[in-house]
Amino acid sequence: MSFSDSIREIYKKDLENIRRSGIYKDERIICSPQSSEIEVEFPYGSEQKNVINMCANNYLGLSSHPEVIEAARNGLDHRGYGMSSVRFICGTQDIHKQLEDRLTEFLGTEDTILFPSCMDANAGVFEAVLTPEAVMIADRLVHASIVDGMRLCKAQTDNFKHSNMEHLEQKLQFHQKARIRLIITDGAFSMDGDLAKLDKIVELAEKYDAMVFVDESHSSGFIGKTGRGTHEHFGVLGKIDIITTTLGKALGGASGGCVSGRKEIVEMCRQKARPYLFSNTIPPVVVSGANKVLEIISRTTERRDKLEKNTVFWRKGLTEAGFIIKEGETPIVPVMLFNAKLSQDIAAMLYEDGIYAVGFFFPVVPKGQARIRTQLSAAHEMHHLEKALDAFIKAGKKFGILHKTKQEIIDQYGL
Amino acid sequence: MSDTKDVILEYVKNEYLEEGDDQEVTYTTPLISGGIVDSFSMVSLKLFLENKYDIKIPDDVATPEAFDSVDNIVEVLKKFNIE
Repeated sequence: MSFSDSIREIYKKDLENIRRSGIYKDERIICSPQSSEIEVEFPYGSEQKNVINMCANNYLGLSSHPEVIEAARNGLDHRGYGMSSVRFICGTQDIHKQLEDRLTEFLGTEDTILFPSCMDANAGVFEAVLTPEAVMIADRLVHASIVDGMRLCKAQTDNFKHSNMEHLEQKLQFHQKARIRLIITDGAFSMDGDLAKLDKIVELAEKYDAMVFVDESHSSGFIGKTGRGTHEHFGVLGKIDIITTTLGKALGGASGGCVSGRKEIVEMCRQKARPYLFSNTIPPVVVSGANKVLEIISRTTERRDKLEKNTVFWRKGLTEAGFIIKEGETPIVPVMLFNAKLSQDIAAMLYEDGIYAVGFFFPVVPKGQARIRTQLSAAHEMHHLEKALDAFIKAGKKFGILHKTKQEIIDQYGL
Repeated sequence: MSDTKDVILEYVKNEYLEEGDDQEVTYTTPLISGGIVDSFSMVSLKLFLENKYDIKIPDDVATPEAFDSVDNIVEVLKKFNIE
C-alpha cells in the first residue's frame, strides 16, 4: 500500500486547513432536472426539499427544455453515445461541423472550433496563438480559467485595473514594442454582473494595434438585442478577434465550449491547442441538444426578452425593499452584505424558506465584499420571483439591514 | 535606498489602489497576504521592476512572500545589487 497513514495525515491536514479558512465547498444534491424549481437534498441523505433556484446559470431556461431534450435523444439515436477518438483522428461528425457553423453565424465571427468546455478553450487558446514576443493584457477580474490559460502561455503577462480604460491605455502604450498585443476581458463579469466596456476597448485596440479577446460565457444567448452577446450590446459585432464561450450556461447548460473569431486564430487552435488535440470533443447527445438551442434562440428572442423582464423586476424589487445590490443590467444580481458570516446566515435562512441562493466571501470575492449572488432565468415565473423577494425581505428585516448604508451594515456586523 | 523604496511604494499605490481608495500603504503593509495585490495582479509589479532596473527576476524568486511588502521587494532587489 503506497497511500500510507502518514500520507493520509498530510491530506487530512490540508483538507482541515481548507475547512478552517472557510472555502470548503459542500455540494447540495439535486434530485430533479435543472429548473426554476428543484428538489434538493442538503445535507446529503436528508429529506428532499422543493426550492426556487436563484443561483443557476440557466439564464434562458433551456437546460430542461422539451425540444432540447428531444433533439438530444435524436442525437443519441442517430449519432450514438461516444466518439472514442479525438477530433483529428476519427472524432468529428457532421453535427459537430453544423454546431461550429451555427455558432459562427450566431456570434457574428469568421469561424469556430469546439472545445470540451470553455475552461478548456481558455486553457488552450493563448498558448496556441501567442509566442513569447507577444503580450497579454488582462482585466484583473477575468475568470480563473483565463488566468490559468495565461499561465500556460509563454507570452508576457500584464493586467489592468478592473474596467479602467485609462489604465488599459497606459499598459498598451507601455507594450508598444511587443510583436502582438492582446487585450483580454470577460464580457459580463460573473461575480459583479457588470459588462466590459467593449466599445471603448475596441477603440483602444484600434488605436494601439491590439487584438481583443472576450469570454462571453455569462453573456452568450441573452446580452444584446438578439442575445448575441456583449459585442452586440456595445455595437462592435465583427470587431472582436477572439471570443470564447460556453454551452454550459444559457446555451443549454450541458457542457462544451468554443473559440470563435478570426479564421487564422481558429485554424491555429485546430493545429495547436492542447485541450482540443488531446481530448475527445463534446459527445453527440450534447452537440445535438446545442444545435437545437441555437435554432431556438435564432428563431425568437422570446426567452431573452422574458429574462430581461425578470431581471428588471428583480433588480427593482430588491432596490425598493432597501437592499444594496451591484448596479447593472445583467441577470447576475449580487446582494451586497459585506460581512462573510452575514452572507452565510442569510443564505441559510433563505434556504429554510425555500429559496436556494449562495453566499460568496473572501477569497472568492475581495475582503469586505461578501454577498449573495442571485441569478435570474427565463424559467422563473413571476410567482417564483415574488416568493423569493418576500423571503429576501423577511431575512433583511430579521437582520435589520434594509435601507441601511454600506457603512451602517459594516458598523453592525463588521467586515 | 529610500529612493528605491519610494519609487516602489509610489508604483504600488498607483497600480493597485483604486481612485478614492483611502487605504494607507506603507513600506511594511502586507500587499499580497493583506489582499491589496492578488497573485494574478502581482505580474505587473514584477514586470515593472524588471523594466525599471533592467533585470530578469526568476519565477522562483518572485514569490508571493518575496513581494509581500515594499520592504520585502527591496530585499529582492538587493540580490541584483540594486540599492
